[in-house]
Amino acid sequence: MSAPRTMLDKLWGAHEVLRRDDGVSLLWVDRHLVHEGSHHAFAKLADRGLAVAEPDLTFGVVDHYAPTRNRDAIADPQIARMVGTLQENAARHGIRLFGLRDPGQGIVHVVGPEQGLTLPGLLINCGDSHTSTHGAFGALAFGIGATEVAHVLATQTIWQARPKSMRITVDGALGPGVSAKDVALHWIAKLGTDGARGHAIEYAGSTIRGLSMEGRMTLCNLSIEGGARFGMVAPDQTTLDYVRGRPGAPKGEAWESAAEYWLKLPSDPGATFDREVAVNAAEIAPTLTWGTTPEQALPIDATVPDPARLEPGKADQARDALDYMGLSPGRPIAGTPIDQVFIGSCTNARVEDLRLAAMVLRGRQAKVPGMVSPGSTPVRLQAEREGLDLVFIKAGLDWVGSGCSMCVGMNGDIVAPGKRCASSTNRNFKGRQGRGARTHIMSPAMVAAAAVTGELTDVRPFLTKRAA
Amino acid sequence: MVALPIENVDTDQLIPARFMSAPRSKGYGGFLLHDLRRDADGALRGDMPLNRHADASLIVTRRNFGCGSSREAAVYALVDAGIRAVIAPSFGDIFAGNAVNNGLLPARVTEADAEDLIARIGAEVPAARIDLETCTITLGDRDVPFELDPVQRTKLMNGWDDIDLTRAELDKIARYRAERRKTAPWAWPVAE
Repeated sequence: MSAPRTMLDKLWGAHEVLRRDDGVSLLWVDRHLVHEGSHHAFAKLADRGLAVAEPDLTFGVVDHYAPTRNRDAIADPQIARMVGTLQENAARHGIRLFGLRDPGQGIVHVVGPEQGLTLPGLLINCGDSHTSTHGAFGALAFGIGATEVAHVLATQTIWQARPKSMRITVDGALGPGVSAKDVALHWIAKLGTDGARGHAIEYAGSTIRGLSMEGRMTLCNLSIEGGARFGMVAPDQTTLDYVRGRPGAPKGEAWESAAEYWLKLPSDPGATFDREVAVNAAEIAPTLTWGTTPEQALPIDATVPDPARLEPGKADQARDALDYMGLSPGRPIAGTPIDQVFIGSCTNARVEDLRLAAMVLRGRQAKVPGMVSPGSTPVRLQAEREGLDLVFIKAGLDWVGSGCSMCVGMNGDIVAPGKRCASSTNRNFKGRQGRGARTHIMSPAMVAAAAVTGELTDVRPFLTKRAA
Repeated sequence: MVALPIENVDTDQLIPARFMSAPRSKGYGGFLLHDLRRDADGALRGDMPLNRHADASLIVTRRNFGCGSSREAAVYALVDAGIRAVIAPSFGDIFAGNAVNNGLLPARVTEADAEDLIARIGAEVPAARIDLETCTITLGDRDVPFELDPVQRTKLMNGWDDIDLTRAELDKIARYRAERRKTAPWAWPVAE
């Protein structure tokens, strides 16, 4: 009998081309996703006169710089150039591109799963830290820098030291209005933005098993905000049901043998992890950030921390964050007036996210302006079939095209200096949504509730009334 | 050596996204910590040590430097501004890899040593020395040991180029690929 193995062990072993004496592995890359930001890497390739080794395993997506309005004539020449450069590179190297007019267009971490390019058992790289999203399928998926992107383009492999293993087990039922986003913010607030640094996280437990693929993607997506490059969930029937029939998914006999293999990927009983963390789902309230790093998060019914009561290192950072965010210590976070809302991003712009937000907004008016940017064109069309777009529009929000939009502050969608935004995104870093922007990250349902009241608000009463 | 006594300096702060469409040949040094170093009207802030000492090549900072976005442009901004090493108790994983790939040393020290160095630097810009061979930082009469992943150390010392290293293994890659095609044909995307 061989020793029990973790899913990480199995995935790592399956992709190892060779291992050097120093323990670093050369891993095979099954899918390489590139975007406009990959221009540095293509330039490196051109400098060396190299071709893309495996164009059939490489996919391009226009998302970071994608305008969400007036796409036919991109007004900003810088943005037009970034989109154009990716188009040229994709054409030159024979890479399938999901361009602005492609029916599959969207955010790379929405497009991959939706098109069946993301499958369990694969190794997936992309020059984006939220590549951990794809780990939700039981894949080894991690973000890389431009030098590494160039390396993958040139060789279809990547050098990597094996991370330590960490299991976050979440058990119990999530309360009403509590979603995968809240689970993620909850553990990051507990362990810190570097709490899982150097580790590959496997999320396990009854709560995780009960999550949809959308929820699992949200959770894995945010792993990097807790410092982990890798976040994953073992494949199960939920995974298979999501993947089956997607354009890039195997069909017929190939499907049968793939599915059989995928269901063998979960960690063996008795497998040991370098680190174990247990979370009780019942303790998780709707959670949001108050400061300028994702660890500065708290339940919606809590008060803003007082730096005087924190340890010295944390106190400095808290003071600085409160100053930037324009908040006073010791006051309830709920009731803080906001200027605008945003629903979108690779974290929370899938159709399930839009349904939850729409459930809160249906028949209600937003007190503040805001935007809803679906994660992809297929998500947009599905939402429109369900009439969700009309719910948002009637509430007074803008329904726009898909892309990274107001999450990343580089495509024209930004929050103005000093403005406070309730946002379904992943980073509340200073300046992330635009210079001086004040970002509170939370679930799409919480964003919807904030839109209705014009202030940071507990979503739960809105849902109870709806359920009745 | 300058001090940047801040925790969690994320890569969005190291280089705000709006600058990242520039080609590298333009030089990224001016973008480094742009919004921290400059007022809303673009003037350099006098209270930022980095502004007073543009020739500094070493930065001492607090935990989790370079967390967040995988943007290698954050490293380009540091390197193009003349920074050779960042000294901190910890680094974001992706940032540390990107740093080494561009010849920038991410030197890990203990929390106490980082605080000690920050205190010793104060408002000054003392000269310091870093020895990669012995993994030591010398500031005045104080020697501070630092840690670096052995693989990263070798890479920094040899200036290895990964693509060249890997291309020497092309036969092994081809064998792996053929085997994977056979055992996991589903791993190739179905043609549309």
